Amino acid sequence: MVQFNLPQNSKILKGQYFKDKTGSQNLKMVHIYRWDPTKNENPREDTFEVDLDTCGNKVLDILNKIKNEIDTSLTFRKSCAHGVCGSCAMNVDGINTLSCMKSHKDIKGDIHIHPLPHLKVIKDLVADLSTLYRQYESIKPWLKTKKPKSENNEINQTKENRDKLDGLYECIICACCSTSCPSYWWNGEKYLGPAVLLQSYRWISDSRDEEKKERLKMVGDNLKLYRCHTIMNCTSSCPKGLNPAKAIGSIKKMLATN
Amino acid sequence: MSSYKIIDHKYDVLVVGAGGAGLRAAVGLSESGLKTACISKVFPTRSHTAAAQGGISAALGNAGEDDWRWHMYDTVKGSDWLGDQDCIEYLCKEAPRAVIELEHYGVPFSRTKDGKIYQRAFGGMTKNYGNEPIQRTCAAADRTGHAILHTLYGQALKHKTEFFIEYFALDLLMKKGECKGVLAWNLNDGTIHRFRSHITILATGGYGKIYYSATAAHTCTGDGNGMVLRAGLPLQDMEFVQFHPTGLYGIGCLISEAVRGEGGFLVNSKDERFMEKYAPTAKDLASRDVVSRSMAIEINEGRGIGENKDHLYLHIDHIDPKIIETRLPGISESVETFVNRDVTKEAIPVVPTVHYNMGGIPTNYKAEVLTSNGDDKIVSGLMAVGETACVSVHGANRLGSNSLIDLVVFGKAAAKRATELVKPNSTHEEIAKSETEKSLERFDKLRNGNGSNKTSELRLLMQKIMQSKCAVFRTEKTLKEGVSEIKRSYEGMQSILVKDKSLIYNTDLVETLEFDNLIRQAITTLESAYQRKESRGAHAREDYPNRNDENYMKHTLSWHDGKEVKINYRPVNLSTLTNDVQTFPPKERVY
Repeated sequence: MVQFNLPQNSKILKGQYFKDKTGSQNLKMVHIYRWDPTKNENPREDTFEVDLDTCGNKVLDILNKIKNEIDTSLTFRKSCAHGVCGSCAMNVDGINTLSCMKSHKDIKGDIHIHPLPHLKVIKDLVADLSTLYRQYESIKPWLKTKKPKSENNEINQTKENRDKLDGLYECIICACCSTSCPSYWWNGEKYLGPAVLLQSYRWISDSRDEEKKERLKMVGDNLKLYRCHTIMNCTSSCPKGLNPAKAIGSIKKMLATN
Repeated sequence: MSSYKIIDHKYDVLVVGAGGAGLRAAVGLSESGLKTACISKVFPTRSHTAAAQGGISAALGNAGEDDWRWHMYDTVKGSDWLGDQDCIEYLCKEAPRAVIELEHYGVPFSRTKDGKIYQRAFGGMTKNYGNEPIQRTCAAADRTGHAILHTLYGQALKHKTEFFIEYFALDLLMKKGECKGVLAWNLNDGTIHRFRSHITILATGGYGKIYYSATAAHTCTGDGNGMVLRAGLPLQDMEFVQFHPTGLYGIGCLISEAVRGEGGFLVNSKDERFMEKYAPTAKDLASRDVVSRSMAIEINEGRGIGENKDHLYLHIDHIDPKIIETRLPGISESVETFVNRDVTKEAIPVVPTVHYNMGGIPTNYKAEVLTSNGDDKIVSGLMAVGETACVSVHGANRLGSNSLIDLVVFGKAAAKRATELVKPNSTHEEIAKSETEKSLERFDKLRNGNGSNKTSELRLLMQKIMQSKCAVFRTEKTLKEGVSEIKRSYEGMQSILVKDKSLIYNTDLVETLEFDNLIRQAITTLESAYQRKESRGAHAREDYPNRNDENYMKHTLSWHDGKEVKINYRPVNLSTLTNDVQTFPPKERVY
């Protein structure tokens, strides 16, 4: 029988252990994925003992504490720290989320922190999102109108039509959903994935847009759209409480009834 | 330095930063056919514009009569007469067109019942020159900044702006006092890039992170301001730091002024609506400096809430939950996520929190950077827009929702001016090698720092000094101590420790470079504040409680040569740009 092995450098080895130096009685064991692109070494999982008595409530607070006080080389993206920019998306305790919104108090026992899954890792918790960004660009995320509009007046939109954008325009492209989708893991180059399809549906749903048909035609493709098998991981992982699976379903329905 | 391989690029115009201002400039430039690059240390939609909540001001008149002159009056008064009236005229007059343009780009503004852009009340925005509150702030629920940022990024993609994402700008490349480009570091592969451009537009945002508690993102480190200081150019009005009245207590997360705009109000431990006492007419919708000071007084006089009596309550639990759901959904989410409270049933714990920098790189209304040798002088090849710039339209205190409009009006103005100045594809001058070497030397020195001071420790020291010595209220004593103590943090860099020596995504080094930018701004902020012996807008001196127009109606300029701060002043422009409006002469500021 054929034997399948993971490539050598994908095996995660046991890493360094950073013991608490504060003497705290309230320690959390935090295991973090580390990989340094400049060294020819396998990834490893380092363990940090973190004093929770002097730490904020969120997982990002733990990461900042480690970076500031224990190991300044720990690498992760962060910016707003309030759940609006999408920088600190990562896999915490097996679930993709924004580390700035995720409370570590909700996690019993040790915490495992890894980069967003199935992406090329750049370093430690920083994953390469360039493919997803290219896919985002491919859906033409801008309003398309045929005739130039008066520079003195807005395009009218009823409250009811504006309401159709709720649950869509709030997406912060953090990629938690797409990188939790098994279909996107296997066909990430061709399947657009939930984040980008949600964005696509945001423009399809905008009453002001005049190229709805072209947009539907553009995504209505075996690979770009129909690789969605309604697994629903996207919806359960969205840290903003959005429902990409429903948006994808709506696109499919529009194509079926058009 | 020969070990660093340098990759060269040539562009007509280079934009540094991809928030609202940088993107609006990039859209205009690309649209006009100039070869435009936009470099940013974060992916554009991660920029801090995303955090702006309440809205963008413009006298559209969708909720009753409005006039851009009323908006101008409010902005001049809000600025405590430190704003330049030619620039404020330009801002307010251009505002309606800029917002309509955003709507045409696709911004999902909330709507009125007749399908127009929804406008809400905001602090300091009034009808008929100060008479009563007006609804002038255009909103996309309470996620207006997010909606604008994503839409502008889409437009930049549409117009094929070339993006260089996760590139960290190191220094300006100067030649005989003119800007010729920027040196930058690509975090993703560790390479160094030299961008040559006829015009460089800095859109690098504010520097809120000089303080310990701020609504600002970790990335708000004022990198453009740092580059300008190192290039021997001045920053302006650095002492004017806005404390937002309602930062979430203990967290620092912004709770939009829209909450008060929709009818929310503040109370102290005695359940008193204390703003009625300090601003009898505008009450909770007085301008931000006024509300923050009133809150600080309530807390200082023992009427704060909680175990340490160190915060106050913001109520919206009296408002119909349906209205909260449609107009303030983001606030409800933040309060639930960070302090586990239901805003429809409970009060929100808030405290004045550092939010915005009125000061920055001095420019004229065309976004051209200014320096001064007694008289104003334009710095050829350099522009600044957005929070990094000090046009100055905000003067000593910015009105809520005037920042988003500042981004798009002056982002557009910069593109317009650059289009006038630059002929597409014209040849680039050589830049002396020493410019690149000087910058790489600093980079290399910090990267190889093997001393004993961690960046995080020096940063914390700086933040604590700023928080305690340069807060809502300031005195000669606290500022003098601040000026002296901040030196320890700066001098600590002589023995900096950077553990990660690699070049690929080295955030240890990024944070150190950011600190090198921050500390210079902390120093100029303290020195500028120390020298201004009056109270004006956000700069409140307990020992000089009154505004002193005779001696201080002038902009502070501060230089930092790596060792010392030099302070000088330039006049405020009280003249208007055109005859469409008359100057608003200084008078007492009451809300």
